Amino acid sequence: MGKTINIQPLSRIEGHASIEIKLDDQGNVADAITHFNSIRGFEKFVEGKPAEEVTRIVTRICGICPWHHHMSSVKAVDACFDAEVAPAGHLLRECMQNMAHINDKILHFYFLAAPDFVMGPDADYSVRNVMGIANAAPDLARQVIRMRQKSQMMMEKFAGKVIHPIAGVPGGFSKPMNESQRQEMVEDSKELLEFAKFSIKHAKEEIFPKYLDLVTTLGTITTGFIGTVDKDGSLNFYDGKIRLMRPDGSFDDFEDTDYLDYISERTLDVSYGKYPYAKSWNEGFSMDLDAPKGIYRSNCLARINCCDQIPTPLAQKELEEFRKSFGKPAQHTLLYHWARLIELVYSCEKTLELLNNPAITGKETRCTVTPKAGRGVGHVEAPRGTLIHDYTTDENGCIKTANLIVGTTHNLAPISMSVKQAANMLIKNGQVDETILNKVEMAVRAYDP
Amino acid sequence: MAVNVASEWLNSCSGCEIAILNLGETLLDLLPKINFVHIPVLMDHKHLGQLGDKQHIDIPKATVGLVSGGIRNEEHLEVAMEMRKKCDIVIALGTCATHGGIPALINSVTNEELFDRYYATESTDSGAQVPTKGISPLLDRCYALDEHIKVDIYLPGCPPHPDQIATAILALLNGETPELPFKSVCDTCPTKRMGKGAVKGIKRAVECPEFDPDKPIDEMRCLLEQGYLCMGPVTRAGCAGTNGEAPRCISARVPCRGCYGPVQQKGNQLLDMLNALASNGIDLSQLPDRDSLLRFSGAHNRLVVKQGKKTRR
Repeated sequence: MGKTINIQPLSRIEGHASIEIKLDDQGNVADAITHFNSIRGFEKFVEGKPAEEVTRIVTRICGICPWHHHMSSVKAVDACFDAEVAPAGHLLRECMQNMAHINDKILHFYFLAAPDFVMGPDADYSVRNVMGIANAAPDLARQVIRMRQKSQMMMEKFAGKVIHPIAGVPGGFSKPMNESQRQEMVEDSKELLEFAKFSIKHAKEEIFPKYLDLVTTLGTITTGFIGTVDKDGSLNFYDGKIRLMRPDGSFDDFEDTDYLDYISERTLDVSYGKYPYAKSWNEGFSMDLDAPKGIYRSNCLARINCCDQIPTPLAQKELEEFRKSFGKPAQHTLLYHWARLIELVYSCEKTLELLNNPAITGKETRCTVTPKAGRGVGHVEAPRGTLIHDYTTDENGCIKTANLIVGTTHNLAPISMSVKQAANMLIKNGQVDETILNKVEMAVRAYDP
Repeated sequence: MAVNVASEWLNSCSGCEIAILNLGETLLDLLPKINFVHIPVLMDHKHLGQLGDKQHIDIPKATVGLVSGGIRNEEHLEVAMEMRKKCDIVIALGTCATHGGIPALINSVTNEELFDRYYATESTDSGAQVPTKGISPLLDRCYALDEHIKVDIYLPGCPPHPDQIATAILALLNGETPELPFKSVCDTCPTKRMGKGAVKGIKRAVECPEFDPDKPIDEMRCLLEQGYLCMGPVTRAGCAGTNGEAPRCISARVPCRGCYGPVQQKGNQLLDMLNALASNGIDLSQLPDRDSLLRFSGAHNRLVVKQGKKTRR
């Protein structure tokens, strides 16, 4: 066996992971293993806690997408307690759920991924980052930072806390939105929509064409996909059925309460993270690049592939153009970035639609609920994929058991496979340099663990 | 001349890093004065070198080291010690770093109990084993940063408000030690307090407090006096930033849960809160879960494995 290369830590991603590339005596890749190195034990330590408090604890699973954990959690607790949810409470939750996607997509595209495209994958690490972009393209950087902050602050101003939110409560939302708050948020959302339109136009003209060879080869694998759709098959981030699509495009739709019939998690001895796979395909689990079994992907490309259409006009137009170029389901891993920008447009459009619904300023936003024994599954689409919280409660309404499958977890097997594919493609005869290793990491940044 | 800064995240969720980004244009104005030499969330400097061939973690020298997250595994410990070695001033950023934060809730169970549940959830294939290859072994519990390395500046908050992060960075850039207020959330809360004795029991947070949404927050009665468990009396202020606004959970009309940790670094939110409730004549037997009073500050051996349970390993 030849030498081992350790990429540690993976950088410009959210989370803790590393890559171990083992070379054979000829300097070719014998194996490439992605280690996911985080275990905090939320499923264990929420046991015994009052369920309504758990909605305020699980936000710390992720500081980038805390709203989505908060939303899944309150939906699960609603179900445990058989809670009625006030209609305005539902609308406010859905509005925040979509708004929280805006910030995440700006962050992921511009801060984490763009340095590889704006500065180039071969730029020195000291400038291949958002600080480098701030020097090379200061106007763009200022606009990006302003827009990301705007999307965060509009939520914080209304809902109290934007990182680790607290305003979702069992039975609804903690407070109503008044008319002046609504108008202010409409104006901010319009500005964000204009920025989203600029972003996708800019990427389609200046970025993706320049890197088309990389986009259509790096990290590419063939898998199924998972995402949430409305009853008419439209993309939805907040509620609906879960659609599990096979690599050939055929699919099953199911209620979140039935997820255990469709998804299992496999453990490996190289990772604390677990690897979900499609149990319902009855083919088992394998990450073999030539003959994968049970492998499906989550996150934006998965949702774009799963839905029949997007229910907002500008994003739907983008989807049609995307499908004309790359088909359905599209498999190229770096297309995640393109799909992310389509979803940026959608989340802005959807936010505006919700803010323009007069019922959103309804005064009754929460129903009083009574803690009790029960089971509840809550799910939403987090930026990184279908997010499932499954709780059972005792007679005092405290958590007996919790089972969580978070968005990124669905992608742990695909990420590992894309890394291996990229390493196989790029490292030959012992030739390896910083640019090559950064390109291997680019396969991870498309998903973002 | 720009100040060299190194940044690391340990047992954390990245909320502290998002709070830094929430500085917005202030951050952009600060950037020319800061030279990041290592910050994995934004920059590709590697622990083991750009070609992954070093044997030990190596972080460049820096004047200021920002560390978020507690210490939970051997890699966290190694990184924390390297940061201490290479940085003149170490800042513990966020409540996980200063007090363990939410992840320290795990300290009331053993690693064995954690693994027993995590590898046997309803969706996990049977026969799952604890992984061993290429991943960092867990320590016996989750530690705050200062249980293993010397900390120079404590900046609690889950996450810290961007105003406070900016204040601290600006002070350091000017060669000064940041001064942070030691008040309680109650000291900065504008809600109306009518006096002791109004409440005898504690309500669960599934009931709606009384307030008029069209009226400002200072016309709402104190949530503790309305019978809700609000951790304001025993929690350090700061979540509202420096503009004199209301504490953020209160402004959303929900009670404080203590995310800035105790008012004094060495304070104990559990004991202090029980005292505050008892001195108000409130029946403590109604609290559904006392450990939750330490949900942000379970390091420093505050949360411990209960007697009769398996020992830690």
